[in-house]
Amino acid sequence: MADASPPRPSPDGPEAPRQVAGAALVSLRDVQKHFGDLHVLRDIDLTVDHGEVLVVIGPSGSGKSTLCRAINRLETIDSGTIEVDGEPLPEEGRALARLRSDVGMVFQSFNLFAHKTVLDNVTLGPIKVRGLSRSAARAEAMGLLERVGVANQAGKLPAQLSGGQQQRVAIARALAMHPKVMLFDEPTSALDPEMINEVLDVMVQLAKEGMTMIVVTHEMGFARRAADRVVFMADGQIVEEASPEEFFTNPRSDRAKDFLSKILTH
Amino acid sequence: MSDFLSQFGELFASYDVLGAFWVNIQLTFWAGLIALVVGCVLALFRISPVPSLAWVGTAYVTVFRNTPLTIIMVFMTLGVWGQLKIQVSDDFPTNFFWLAVIGLAIYHAAFVCESIRSGVNTVPLGQAEAARAIGLSFLPAARMVILPQAFRGAIAPLGNTLIALIKNSTVAAAAGVATETSTLLKNMIEFNSSLIYAIFLTFAVGYVILVIPVGLLTTTLSRRLAVRR
Ligand SMILES: Nc1ncnc2c1ncn2[C@@H]1O[C@H](COP(=O)(O)OP(=O)(O)OP(=O)(O)O)[C@@H](O)[C@H]1O
Ligand SMILES: [Mg+2]
Repeated sequence: MADASPPRPSPDGPEAPRQVAGAALVSLRDVQKHFGDLHVLRDIDLTVDHGEVLVVIGPSGSGKSTLCRAINRLETIDSGTIEVDGEPLPEEGRALARLRSDVGMVFQSFNLFAHKTVLDNVTLGPIKVRGLSRSAARAEAMGLLERVGVANQAGKLPAQLSGGQQQRVAIARALAMHPKVMLFDEPTSALDPEMINEVLDVMVQLAKEGMTMIVVTHEMGFARRAADRVVFMADGQIVEEASPEEFFTNPRSDRAKDFLSKILTH
Repeated sequence: MSDFLSQFGELFASYDVLGAFWVNIQLTFWAGLIALVVGCVLALFRISPVPSLAWVGTAYVTVFRNTPLTIIMVFMTLGVWGQLKIQVSDDFPTNFFWLAVIGLAIYHAAFVCESIRSGVNTVPLGQAEAARAIGLSFLPAARMVILPQAFRGAIAPLGNTLIALIKNSTVAAAAGVATETSTLLKNMIEFNSSLIYAIFLTFAVGYVILVIPVGLLTTTLSRRLAVRR
């Protein structure tokens, strides 16, 4: 049942970035967020350009997930502004739903729709949100499932798949919406070690094809292979920003040095 | 023994026992259908992000779950029909039948709502987040992702509500439905008090026969349809 064949690149990859590389696609300015007394996001200033791959790294509880979730407003913020493609995040409602459909999200726990087949998981958004015909949505979904290497599982329910397969389906589900940017919140930390690479390979491929990505992960291999920039967070703050090479070989802050020494000893 | 059996023969010959049970089945069917629709809407209200709708849902459930059914049924005749002069049909029995259906539906909708809500609680939060993340707004997300899973988790409590409704349909007598089982029971006791054991056994067995399949069916369904995670 396990299908570990590497994802094949497909001729119809994601669309090329719609605007010139180098223009800000996601920008956060002076973002603040509290959970009760806990200041989870402090003075967050961050921009992600078209086609850029940003890796967010940091100790548990530093606010990485909250940052990720704030970008498609699964989490509201107290103050500051978040813009996606030049548009500030709207209030809850139709406009927000439209914005979310342009921002792909991949969760740590996959969150595939448990009562729907793999294929229906991927076609739901295109049919109900984008208004595609069933046949067009299916054809495209099959192409995407092919691309992430799980086309032969299309008729199964999520619970019948391995974690690695489920996460690749989740990536296909997000891609089916033709997102402008993809958010990944620790996409491989719920996976058994032997499945991590099949998911990371798909992500590296996406990065190569020019997808704009914000990836919370502790996988240094991925950061080195695919990231343009690494952001290190601690206590809700961005402590350090650097290229992957620079960050991993020559971290400047003590927090980052301490953190890296801990994850490197594993 | 044969003497005891002949008592049943006497009862079934002089009274329309099956007809009375049929009235309760019809009451249950219509009240159940309406309660299911209203209960679903209430459950949507209760889980909706709009505070005023959520408040309406909560208020409805609190009021009707805590009011004795008999009082609601008496109100349907004395209040709705007697005072407010609201009439569903010109035909007296038909009118009282539908007033009873509405009374039963109003009461059991509160329980349907709570059953569905307990089903919603079996659906992990991540399902709703994934639905929102692909751009579904509240209603489509509820209809296509949350409720289908919630129903499967709510089959057992919904079955319990249906069983309660079958038995509670006898309270329709309080709303002036004169042809259903509890009225028949009363008449039998009044005119054939010597057959008291046969009378009670008739109705007890009758309801057991109605209720047991519902219990078996919901157990099987909830097992077969359970969402695998
Ligand atoms: N809904 C919530 N209510 C209250 N506190 C929360 C909530 N969600 C997160 N927190 C707290 O906010 C802090 C930051 O959480 P967050 O999930 O963003 O951290 P993280 O960097 O993603 O950590 P991890 O590596 O463990 O996933 C944590 O201390 C967490 O306990
Ligand atoms: Mg996290």
